[in-house]
Amino acid sequence: MDKFTTLTGIAAPLPLINVDTDMIIPKQFLKTIKRSGLGVNLFDEMRFDSEGKEVPDFVLNKPAYRNAEILVCGENFGCGSSREHAPWAIKDFGIRCVIAPSFADIFFNNCFKNGILPIVLPQAEVDKLMDDAERGSNAIITVDLENQTITGPDGGSISFEVDAFKKHCLLNGLDDIGLTMEKVASIDSFEEAAAQSRPWV
Amino acid sequence: MTAPKTLYDKIWDAHVAHEAEDGTCLLYIDRHLVHEVTSPQAFEGLRMAGRPVRAPEKTIAVPDHNVPTTTDREQGIKNEESRIQVEALDKNAKDFGINYYPVDDIRQGIVHIVGPEQGWTLPGMTVVCGDSHTATHGAFGALAHGIGTSEVEHVLATQTLIQKKSRNMKVEITGKLRPGVTAKDITLAVIGETGTAGGTGYVIEYCGEAIRDLSMEGRMTVCNMAIEGGARAGLIAPDETTFEYVKGRPHAPKGAQWEAALNWWKTLYTDEGAEFDKVVTIRGEDIAPVVTWGTSPEDVLPITDTVPAPEDFEGGKVDAARRSLEYMGLTPGTPLSEVPIDAVFIGSCTNGRIEDLRAAAEIVKGKKIAQGVRGMVVPGSGLVRAQAEEEGLAEIFEDAGFEWRMAGCSMCLAMNPDQLAPQERCASTSNRNFEGRQGFKGRTHLMSPAMAAAAAITGRLTDVREVM
Repeated sequence: MDKFTTLTGIAAPLPLINVDTDMIIPKQFLKTIKRSGLGVNLFDEMRFDSEGKEVPDFVLNKPAYRNAEILVCGENFGCGSSREHAPWAIKDFGIRCVIAPSFADIFFNNCFKNGILPIVLPQAEVDKLMDDAERGSNAIITVDLENQTITGPDGGSISFEVDAFKKHCLLNGLDDIGLTMEKVASIDSFEEAAAQSRPWV
Repeated sequence: MTAPKTLYDKIWDAHVAHEAEDGTCLLYIDRHLVHEVTSPQAFEGLRMAGRPVRAPEKTIAVPDHNVPTTTDREQGIKNEESRIQVEALDKNAKDFGINYYPVDDIRQGIVHIVGPEQGWTLPGMTVVCGDSHTATHGAFGALAHGIGTSEVEHVLATQTLIQKKSRNMKVEITGKLRPGVTAKDITLAVIGETGTAGGTGYVIEYCGEAIRDLSMEGRMTVCNMAIEGGARAGLIAPDETTFEYVKGRPHAPKGAQWEAALNWWKTLYTDEGAEFDKVVTIRGEDIAPVVTWGTSPEDVLPITDTVPAPEDFEGGKVDAARRSLEYMGLTPGTPLSEVPIDAVFIGSCTNGRIEDLRAAAEIVKGKKIAQGVRGMVVPGSGLVRAQAEEEGLAEIFEDAGFEWRMAGCSMCLAMNPDQLAPQERCASTSNRNFEGRQGFKGRTHLMSPAMAAAAAITGRLTDVREVM
């Protein structure tokens, strides 16, 4: 997995609430058997009209945000399905950090597995960053995972919470399966005990 | 004396294989269900790392999302990408030696219908699948939730998940339901009450007389949509209804093992005095037949109500409602029961079981679909289809003008050719009314099978109590 340490980039504002995984990556793009190449389809049905032309009003089509690396969103971002194609598409587009007042559970987890940092902040602080983001390419934001801070274009800094284990994995780009394999003895002994206590499983 | 535990606490505690100091656990997974859309990258990951599937006997795969539901599907899948994905699952199941129900097997169907039907899902288990509607299996008192593809690979390789415990939430539905009100109305009413993020960070236990009174089919409908309320999982304590359903299924325990299992299953309930972090109580008699009007499952109203206005809401919901109403082509103040429909979809892992088809058939019997309305019934599995044919339900649907389809996810997410055209409006028994969910610019109203059947007959959203 790609490491995440610090990120300095343009933040794009997407102030909708309940942005669901069908919006992030519609189902017609789930037929792939690869993880890569989904960035061109990110937010497809909002980004393009029925003829495949760009919708000029959509934030990621505006010149200032075409190279956005951070997304500032409304509450309950990523609700809906478990499709990891959603974070794959976000990352393939070039976005490595998503900031929102709240996230749906599965999407939130999926981000960490793909080197994307989802940050939960109180609504008032998201509103402030949303204002910053509205300023487009003049609104460069720096996210520092090690120190758990976000620095806005005016130099003001806010701190955020992140699970210590998930932070460790992101900072070092660690592979979950490799880490779990180190505990294989625990799994073996659990399985042996369960075979006695719940043999029908 | 040990502290009183919730049902969730008990199942969790029985599956912790390793716990780190910060509370990060390795949760052992008893059943891993797999379908074609969220698994190919996971199997590819195993191949690249040279890893086997740790417990192939606990892994069950079935293609469902992409499969056509027309009767000519034996001739193959025409869409090349869909075909490649299903062929990849065929190959992965064979190469890694996991349990498999291919498209031409009568037991094939939607993964969340096949699991319980075959007795793979049992009380007290941990069940995961790369699909958010895995919550369905919670109806058995199994801790069941959706995972992403990276986690699918993790479970394939290690039979565990890295997890932290969620909080406990109790949703109690007291008393009896009124006529015309079903499990689907319960689960939609709960989301209407709590919102789509109300359950985030929680595992819900549904309880109360109205839940106890439900069949297993109804309980699966309720738990299926726990995810639509944001919860990691939904649970219902197993009881005689559960044991009766499970007994004799192909993969259920038999003989002495059945007795041993039953003894343990009977301890799976929330202890007196156990604490919940959040409690929601709804009176069963207060629940009406409901429909959704917007593009989020929380946009729920009784069918007797009118289309709301954006100003009826607060905060970010004002803009969201405005966007929804525009997308749905609805005018505030319009009675919901006057909204005309173009299509009806009866099926999905929410409502594609035999009881759902019976409920719809009862409304449809002897009647015809309204002119200009397209109706589709998609059984949840080949076995549900066969049973419905045996009971004469298929004939009732076909006589009324419905298409009688083969099993699959179909128009619930419209990955196969079963899709709405732009602006087409659908009365649907599925679980999500998101923008574009059933087809680009398609408009979805969620409701129970009986309500969808009633809408098919009248050609508009309809209070099922009018036609009962």
